Parts: sequence; C-alpha cells; structure tokens
Amino acid sequence: MLRSPFHHGQDTGQTQLFIGLHLIHEVTSPQAFDMLRARGARVAFPQRTVATVDHIVPTRDQRRPFLDVMAEEMLSSLERNCREHGIPLLDLSSGHQGIVHVIGPELGLTQPGMTIACGDSHTSTHGAFGAIAFGIGTSQVRDVLASQSLAIDPLKVRRIVVRGRLSHGVYAKDVILEIIRRLGVNGGAGYAYEYGGDTIDRMSMDERMTICNMSIEGGARVGYVNPDATTFEYIRGRQFAPVGDDFERACRWWTSMGSDREAVYDDEVILDAAAIQPTVTWGINPGQSISIGERIPASGDQDALAFMGFRSGQPLKGTKIDVAFVGSCTNGRLSDLREAARIIRGRHVAPHVKALVVPGSQSVRAAAEREGLDRVFTEAGFEWRGAGCSMCLAMNPDRLEGRELCASSSNRNFKGRQGSPTGRTLLMSPAMVAAAAVAGEVVDVREFATTEAALGR
Amino acid sequence: MAVEPVRQISGTALPLRGDDIDTDRIIPARFLKSVSFEGLERHLFEDDRREADTQGKATHPASNPAYARASIMLVNANFGCGSSREHAPQAIRRRGIRAVLGQSFSEIFFGNSVALGMPCPTASRETLHALMQTVEADPSTLLSIDLEKMRVRAPGREYEISLPAGAREAFLVGSWDATGLLLEQFEQVEAVAGRLPYVTANW
Ligand code: SF4
Repeated sequence: MLRSPFHHGQDTGQTQLFIGLHLIHEVTSPQAFDMLRARGARVAFPQRTVATVDHIVPTRDQRRPFLDVMAEEMLSSLERNCREHGIPLLDLSSGHQGIVHVIGPELGLTQPGMTIACGDSHTSTHGAFGAIAFGIGTSQVRDVLASQSLAIDPLKVRRIVVRGRLSHGVYAKDVILEIIRRLGVNGGAGYAYEYGGDTIDRMSMDERMTICNMSIEGGARVGYVNPDATTFEYIRGRQFAPVGDDFERACRWWTSMGSDREAVYDDEVILDAAAIQPTVTWGINPGQSISIGERIPASGDQDALAFMGFRSGQPLKGTKIDVAFVGSCTNGRLSDLREAARIIRGRHVAPHVKALVVPGSQSVRAAAEREGLDRVFTEAGFEWRGAGCSMCLAMNPDRLEGRELCASSSNRNFKGRQGSPTGRTLLMSPAMVAAAAVAGEVVDVREFATTEAALGR
Repeated sequence: MAVEPVRQISGTALPLRGDDIDTDRIIPARFLKSVSFEGLERHLFEDDRREADTQGKATHPASNPAYARASIMLVNANFGCGSSREHAPQAIRRRGIRAVLGQSFSEIFFGNSVALGMPCPTASRETLHALMQTVEADPSTLLSIDLEKMRVRAPGREYEISLPAGAREAFLVGSWDATGLLLEQFEQVEAVAGRLPYVTANW
C-alpha cells in the first residue's frame, strides 16, 4: 500500500514520504510555525492541513478568553497561524471541534491508503482505516508544514492476529491492554503493528480505533487494519468522503491499497480472544496490567508498586477509587459512551467518587445528547462536559488532586499523567470505569452487570 | 539554517537509571503550556526530582550539583517513551546535554533528538552499567562519544556504540537540516500529490 506516496531521493538511507493529511493542534504546532517563519517558508499544502484545539480546552466554562491565560495564548496563537497560512481550523464555534484523533475519522478526513501525520503520538489511531499514520515531533511538524513530506526509516511489520469470540464484558480496550502486556511497552520498537484475524474483522471502526490508538503504548509507532466493508460503510456519507460514483471508485482504490493476502511479515503473534479478560493496570506504564481476577505478580516492579501504594500478590478488585474518567481519544467516542451509560443506567455514582464524562468531540457530544445519554450520566451523578482531552493529560483544569486514584478509560498511567505529580491512574475499559464509579471501587463489570443487555453483546 | 556537523561529544555525564522513563516524567504536561520552548530546562524531571526530595530518597541526579555541568546523559532502556512532545528532548538539550547514550530509545524521542542535533546512540546494558558506576563513583569523569569511530571512551576504557546509518550520516556531514533536504525534492512531492486521487479528487 505504500507504493504511490513514496519516493526516494535522500542520501541518508531514509525515504521521503508524501503526507496526505496533516493534522495539527495547539500544543505541538506553535513552535513549528515560528521555525517556519524564521526560515521565511510558507505552508506548502494548506488544503491538506487541518487544525483543531483539544488539549488545553476547558470542558466546563469555554467562554473566551479562557480563564487560563496560557491556554488562551496557545489557542490564539493557533488561530493566528491558521489565519496567516489559510489552514482550516475546527474551533469551539465550529460544532466539529474535538480530539484530533476523534474528529479526523468522524469527518471522513481519515481515509484508507492515506499517509497521515500529526504532532501527537496517538496518531496511530487513524491506522484503523488502513492509513499509514504516525506521530511526529515539532521539528517534523515544521517539515510537513514546509514540504508536505517527511524523511522516514523503513519499518518492519508485525502481524497480530486475534481469533475467536470476546466474552461478555470484554472490549477492544482489554484486547490492546493484553497485547501490550504480552509484547511489552517496548516490544513494538521498529515495528508497525498490523491487526487482523476474525475478532478484528468483526470489530466496528470505533473498536479498531481503540486498538490502533494504543499501538504506541506498545512501542509501535504505527497501528494498521486492512480496510474492508466495515471501513467503507463508516466513511460513506461523512463530510469529506467522496460521493456518488466517486465513492464507489474510491472503495476500489482503497481496496487496492490494502496489504496482500500473500504479504510476508517480519513477525506474527496470535491471540485467543476467548482467553482475554477485563484488564486493569496496576503500575505506571500500560504494560503493567492484570486481568480482573488476577493478583499483582510477585515480579511486579517495586518502584511502580511503591508509587501506586500496591503490593505484589494483591488483587485490584475491591480497590477504592476517588475519580472516574470516561473520555480520551482511546475511548471517548459515541460507542464508548453508550457502553458506559448502559452500565450506570438507573444507578448512582458512589458518594465518595467524582465522576466525569468528556466526549471526544462536539459531534460525539451532540449525538450522545440526541440519544439522551447526557441525562443517563447526569442522573447517575456523572458530570457531563464539553469535548477535549481533559483528564487524559490534564492540561486543562480537569485534574487529579494529591494521591487520588482514578479509574480511567484513557491510555496512559504514567506518573503525574493526570495532573497531580502523585496522582494514580488505573486504565480500563469505559464499562469497567462506569462500574467502578458506581461501586466506588474496582469491580469486575461481568459480576456487576449480569444481564447480557447491560453488557451490550 | 546553518548546520554544523556533530562528530564528537565530550564532557562529564549525568547518569539516570531506570527503564521506560516516559516523556511525562521528563517534562510533565503542565509545563507544555507555552507557545515556545524557552525555559523548559527548569522543569526537567520536575516531579521525579520533587518526589526524591520530599520522600527522603536519594537526590535525583538532575538535582545533584555534581552533575550540573554534564553534557552527556546516560540512560537505560526505552527512554523517552510516551508522547511525541519535542519538549522532552528540548528540555534536556537546553539543560546543556549534547548527547544521550542509552540502551534503547523510543522512536519518536530519538527522531525528535536528531532534529535538534542531539545524538542518541545506544550501547549494551553492560556498557551503560559500567559507565554509570564509573560516573557515580566520580562525577568528574570525562566521557567522549565518537560518532566517527562509533565508540564511547572513559579513562582507560572504550566501548562500542551504535546509531542507525541515516542518523549517523546526518550528524557527520551536518545535514540535519531536514526541512532543506525535503524541500530540495519538492517537485517530486508535488508530482506524487498529483497522482493521488484523494488529493486531485479524481477518483
Ligand atoms: S486524549 Fe489524551 S492521548 Fe489522546 S490526544 Fe488528547 S491528550 Fe493525547
């Protein structure tokens, strides 16, 4: 699939790659625009560049200017740069603002066979569409702005095959946490992860995105799923999708861009879906996890355990939580909100828990409101917020205090990730977060909601 | 952008032990709230340093005055994993570090460092262990990283290091002006764009 966007021409052994879609946001772009200005260069393909604001937006009071002067400065600098270079900006008034990896797909900007770059490591998300998508640093953002291309090293490909049926209460999030636990947080270094097998084939685009999103947590810069009918049906009718006959022609081109049946992989790993259980992290990286019925292993890293206040041999089930967060580019889409809502419908958040839902985009928020999910959440005691990254990395006012322990549907449990240097994060699926919010402690969602309807399968 | 070749980096070193040190630890997200990279070095490892201070642990190496003038940082495996923030290598570079030698690096961190002209060669676990011990015993030990011979030297000893050919070449010839190189081929970029149906809308 990498044929046409590639061309050679660099002496360093690297390949120069045309970037089909460049997504930018307020955190990693301002310095890049400054560097561009210092060179006297212009944005080469403003029409292949799309901007939004996500990391710093407050999710409660979104009036401008923001109360946080630094956040305000970052957004106004993005506005200025977009205006100066003719780049479309999906801002708070657009109705389309949201986390960059949520809005790209939902607007139909993300398409199979594209090369996509963004100054954000979770750009791997877009690989769910059969695109080659990866995160870049600010200097590379400058390079893409200036030349719409990047010099990259060749990647090896590891095919990860998931076979069989997932049990009730087990989600895409559990699959990717299991993959990272098995292969390690550094296991994907130098590799692109291509996911396949009947379990992946049956997954919705939202689920595939959750898996590709966290490829980077396994050290793989790129996640990828071959495009198929599910992919095409998702794209059909979206704002930037081709229409009419063009759509049919596009489907043929997209299919032709997929990897061959005979493709040879550098490595292959097979997972049995039926063996995967609801999974929760106990440590300070996403590979440090156990399934809900297990105990923290004796081999558990001592520093991580000390930071978390856990001991080897201890189960996570029954661990009291302080905060529950449903959101992020991993699990902040409409289907995630539906799963969480299903668990809490008619129930209430435990009195000691602060719980919030942050939709991944304004469109997700609006769609959820049309289904009445906002009422399900607020009646259960969740706060219903505006769209953004929020407590995934706490660059806005939403953050942990002190040593609070958070059940979170996000992707990183790094020390300090959720805003308090000593705050602690347990990663899990949105359904598990919802169940924990109600129980006030970590629970097995399967015991918590025993009816199949509640588990949505 | 005038770009100088980087062939040798010599100086004292700052040893930082631990695998999987992520970018949130190198520079916590709250310090990313700025439209420039200026002053980032003040917050390098801020939370880890504070944790060491307040919990009566050993002083964090980045707070230790013995390493204040280091120009080489020694790290373990999977250093710089996590986010794509270039703020992480920027903070390290702005603190005066000109090369990071480690067992392995996350790809994005490595690439970001190349873009700043800060090489991140790798060496074996044993080499890092030996060098860290030496430096911890005597912080004034001078190390020298030689990208031509692909060696790191300590007094009386030297070890092999590695660096991918492309990055090494870029440092040796001083061609890490990536933007310039890419723009040299801009006609080809336009030609590729002209062949892609999603660009031309000609499906
Ligand atoms: S939701 Fe979290 S991981 Fe995703 S882009 Fe925002 S900060 Fe990054």
